[in-house]
Amino acid sequence: MKSYRALRTAPSPDHAVVRGPGEVEVHLQVNGESRRTTIEPRVSLLDALRDRLELTGTKKGCNQGACGACTVWVDGRPVLSCLTLAITCENREVTTIEGLSDGDTLHPMQQAFLDCDAFQCGYCTPGQIMSAVALLAEGHAGDDTEIREWMSGNICRCAAYPHIRAAVRRVRDEGGRGDASR
Amino acid sequence: MSTAIGASLNRVDGRFKVRGESRYSAEVPVPNLTHAVVVNAKIASGRIVAIDTSEAERADGVLAVLTHRDLGRVATVPKLLPSLAGLAASGQTFFPMQDETIHYAGQPVAIVVADTIERADHAGTLIRFEYATTPATTLLDQARDQAYVPERIFGGLLPGHASRGDVAKALADADVCVDATYRFAPNHHNPIEPSASTAVWEDVDRLTVYDSTQGPNSVQFTLAELLGLSPISIRVVSHAVGGSFGSKAMVWHHPALAALAARHVGRPVRLVLTREQMFTSCGHREEQEQQITLAARSDGRITALRHHKLSLTSPFDDWAEPSLQSPSVAYTSPNYEGIYHLVRGNTITPTFTRAPGEATGMFALECAMDELAERIGIDPLELRLRNYSATDPESGKPWSSSGLTECYQRAAELFGWHDRPPPRSRREGQWLIGTGMASALYPVTQPVNPQRARARLYNDGTAVVEAGVSEFGTGVFTAMTQVAADGLGIPVERVRFVGGSSDLPNVTAAVGSAGTSAVGSAVHLATTQLRDELIRRAVADDHSPLRGADPAAVQVRDGKMVLRDRPDVGETYADLMHRTFAPDVEVLGTWNPPPQDAGYGVHTFGAQMAEVAVDADLGVVRVRRMVGVFAPGRVLNRKTAHSQLMGGMLWGLGQALLEATRMDPRLGRWANASLGDYLVPVNADAPDVVVDTIEVHDEVVNPLGMKGVGEIGVVGVAAAIANAVYDATGRRQYELPITLEKLL
Amino acid sequence: MRPVSYSRATDVATAIGAVSADPQSAFLAGGTTQVDLLRIYVEQPRRLVDINDLPLNRIEELPGGGLRLGGLARMSDVAEEPELVRRYPMVAEALLLGASPQLRNMATIAGNLMQRVRCSYFRDVAAGCNKRAPGTGCSALDGINRGHAVLGTSDCCIATHPSDLGVALVALDAVVQTESPAGQRSIPIDDFFLLPGQTPEREHPLTHGELVTGIDLPPTPVAATSRYIKIRDRESYEFALASVAVAMSVADGRITEIRLALGGVATKPWRARQAERLLDGAPATTESFTRAAEAELAPAVPHGMNAFKIELARRTMVRALESMAQREGTT
Repeated sequence: MKSYRALRTAPSPDHAVVRGPGEVEVHLQVNGESRRTTIEPRVSLLDALRDRLELTGTKKGCNQGACGACTVWVDGRPVLSCLTLAITCENREVTTIEGLSDGDTLHPMQQAFLDCDAFQCGYCTPGQIMSAVALLAEGHAGDDTEIREWMSGNICRCAAYPHIRAAVRRVRDEGGRGDASR
Repeated sequence: MSTAIGASLNRVDGRFKVRGESRYSAEVPVPNLTHAVVVNAKIASGRIVAIDTSEAERADGVLAVLTHRDLGRVATVPKLLPSLAGLAASGQTFFPMQDETIHYAGQPVAIVVADTIERADHAGTLIRFEYATTPATTLLDQARDQAYVPERIFGGLLPGHASRGDVAKALADADVCVDATYRFAPNHHNPIEPSASTAVWEDVDRLTVYDSTQGPNSVQFTLAELLGLSPISIRVVSHAVGGSFGSKAMVWHHPALAALAARHVGRPVRLVLTREQMFTSCGHREEQEQQITLAARSDGRITALRHHKLSLTSPFDDWAEPSLQSPSVAYTSPNYEGIYHLVRGNTITPTFTRAPGEATGMFALECAMDELAERIGIDPLELRLRNYSATDPESGKPWSSSGLTECYQRAAELFGWHDRPPPRSRREGQWLIGTGMASALYPVTQPVNPQRARARLYNDGTAVVEAGVSEFGTGVFTAMTQVAADGLGIPVERVRFVGGSSDLPNVTAAVGSAGTSAVGSAVHLATTQLRDELIRRAVADDHSPLRGADPAAVQVRDGKMVLRDRPDVGETYADLMHRTFAPDVEVLGTWNPPPQDAGYGVHTFGAQMAEVAVDADLGVVRVRRMVGVFAPGRVLNRKTAHSQLMGGMLWGLGQALLEATRMDPRLGRWANASLGDYLVPVNADAPDVVVDTIEVHDEVVNPLGMKGVGEIGVVGVAAAIANAVYDATGRRQYELPITLEKLL
Repeated sequence: MRPVSYSRATDVATAIGAVSADPQSAFLAGGTTQVDLLRIYVEQPRRLVDINDLPLNRIEELPGGGLRLGGLARMSDVAEEPELVRRYPMVAEALLLGASPQLRNMATIAGNLMQRVRCSYFRDVAAGCNKRAPGTGCSALDGINRGHAVLGTSDCCIATHPSDLGVALVALDAVVQTESPAGQRSIPIDDFFLLPGQTPEREHPLTHGELVTGIDLPPTPVAATSRYIKIRDRESYEFALASVAVAMSVADGRITEIRLALGGVATKPWRARQAERLLDGAPATTESFTRAAEAELAPAVPHGMNAFKIELARRTMVRALESMAQREGTT
């Protein structure tokens, strides 16, 4: 039987300490870089990324876990950063849309979204792409029915959904399998 | 010569968007930034009798707590005028926090400014309000008996009632009458980016606002009036806007509140609406009911249409989305009566919501048409063809262009309409399968003021083209790049289009599906005039190979001006400019829109078809496929236009099956103001959509013959789906959305 | 969100000790309910004890052929566990039909059972709600209540229990394992969910600081032929209007074993015992299914907009039973 993930049980040195409610220094590992920020424990990962670390690629759409615009990977798995407190991510690896492309070269999924016009306003797009890459890596893109279901946690109000499916199919069929664990 | 226009160019801003690099209005880095939160009234009617801000003021990080007592008065509240007019465009003629009166739940009653968003948000909950509550009206059913017929609606742009012929007589003489009442739940736009304003005062009379808006100039003019400043004091910037659908078409309170708060604390202020506030702060599609009476001869020819609408508006404004406009000209009908009835309620003024009016009015008409076809015993498509009007039934003038019958024909081919089995004859396991269709109409609305764009050519042969339009997903920046490239005769790679600032040449807000045609006409004129200026200089220059040539005989290809019949003779823009010591050449292009009454009826047309599956036992409706064919005039970018039309059609699906904001009349508040409870379609709800366009040439509407793709895609979808549900089940649908309990 | 302090526990005893000692503290696991409710002031603890590092995320074999799901196992991990999919398909289906992939990656199965209701009045601190603020009245009784419950309601509360997983688990007679300073205990799942009655604020028989450490799925051979059906407006990413978990075996046209539970229509995951009694040994026919469904829904009470749910639940039960009978008939 497997356990959730070894990383989840890595103890942090200061785990027993009660921190806050005022501002405390929090160490985050974001896109492979070590980042420090001084925040209150109530600060969400989303607000830490956007307002403190200036990583505004992750979007705030509802702040209630109902739209998926804030999707990032924590330890390689897509989660909602609006319902995640930043302080709980110490000792976890956070990946955002800014960490997806390799320098100037777009990730194949980013290129496919661009070529398939899989967005209009672009606001939900980073979240869509973070979900789409993970979906492929996890093997949930077998057919359109599966893609539709597994991409339903990301609302696109411009309703580019058929084009989003086309982008996922394209990357799948080109074998450009996304790597959710970098 | 047109090479870039019509091509499927990838979005020019797409690369930034897929990398998360586009800066939306809440994301522009600003030094010394503070965060503001608006606190809203929880009651729907009454007044504030006491406020205690002391605890909020003492909370960590709080810089200011402002209520009506200390916000200060606004200078002037602009009148309600749709932003298409190009002037100040306040969403309603009421500005909050000026006194203690509460007119609707969600009305702003306080602003808190703090050093972080978390602290501002928490302090907002620490303010204590004591209210004296008075009875509120928040549903049509509470005040039907108080309905009135407004003289004008829609910000004064449209009459409250219209008629032609003799409807009563036609009804009396009719062979067949269909009489039905349709009810519509309120809808909210819910763009995924909530509205946001970041206000920065550089000096007492120098304000920059980063705002999520469909029209930076509208915000500039509105703020100027509210703040009592000159437009030269205000700059409004929208680098990228995360969807709007009408919620950012008018100017609501938040940019002014952000500016006032920023002035108060002496630091930049960022104000982002919460998702819940998006339900009470920027309008909505109003609750409404429409009654249709269709009279026809036994052959299906319509002899009369009576169309009444009853809807809820605010205490301040006579607003109704213009639901009667397109239906009144959809078919030949010599006798017509359309009347808007309004009821005042405790609500913010409703506003444009994608396909404002057409989405509801054409639902009513096209469902009634389906019923009429059945009564007469002919195919629904045949009924439409028999009633096709080659002229505008209202004015009798010819259409500037139509294409409607071709849309029907093409849609029928793509859908397989003529192979459809008889009603209620198709079943696949638990699913009853049905098909339905509807016509789509959307008016071509013209801006009333000149539209401007600036084009500047540099001596390396590249060009920057500017206009104050904002990009909220329509693809306008991309399309303008293409228009400019063709206008100048250079490849798209050598054009950079810049928009999204009120400092740029003034174009109207991109509303009414007219944004791209308005700015496109200006860009076309600016770039072709710039091209002509370069040609003029070349033929006048003794050192040019083109000296003495007739300018009309010169064309430009790939940045090179050449004789049309001797392409080997000519020179590039760059050569001419280098030789004449011109670092750049610039032209301001101005397009004067034709008057609304230019001797033609102007409308965009299309045809919608849908196939649904209805669970025979459980009532669940799923849309299996949709076909939409439209005649939107010139298509600037096939790819982005397709996305606009497809997105519109899926909006129609949401309107048909899911979307409803539900009012609790006891509290006077929306009971489902969240994206978890206000259901919009998710990926799994969206079938594959077939979109096609019919080319129609239109020389009336604007220089490039563009009629717009932003909204026509929505129109008729809900009716096509409802008609398909009837085809599958034999149950007519008179209320949107069609939720499963209506089919149990 | 009000200010809150934070600590991270690495062993169960410390976590339980920390929360038990402070009435204003709460466990923080997946956070999908907790953070959401903190942000809208429905829950207002002053201290959060992060339990994500506790070693409670495993799925283990129990003696005799059952499975133990660690309380902190993520919904997505449990749903993909091959042994669970083989032995208890309705549990995997219920998990995969819940929430969204991102939420399933975050939410734990203990948290899933502990999630709070989606009633909009519960979530609106300016509205009366007996569950959130006892004694303030139930706004849903005469309010916007299309999604509300028709079974297990009281005049104090009609909020629907939102869990899909819980529905499959009550059909299985799962057992909730807990630990508190008083020791460990096992709570049958049907007792773990309390009816609102006059105390809707009390949803589980847990003491403050008592931690759900795991959920035991007893060996249940019939569960290998089971399924979970969920009916909703949207095709995905929505709570149920009605759902059914059913496990059934049929021999010679008669039902030899049946497990049946309803979701989306009751104030707790609803074991359909009345229907089970009628179906046990009955012919596996639509007539039996209809009679059983009607009997189960007989005590249902409509409240305005949600009256349709009685008929919807009835038909969904019949649909689920018929589909199982067909499957059984062909194998």
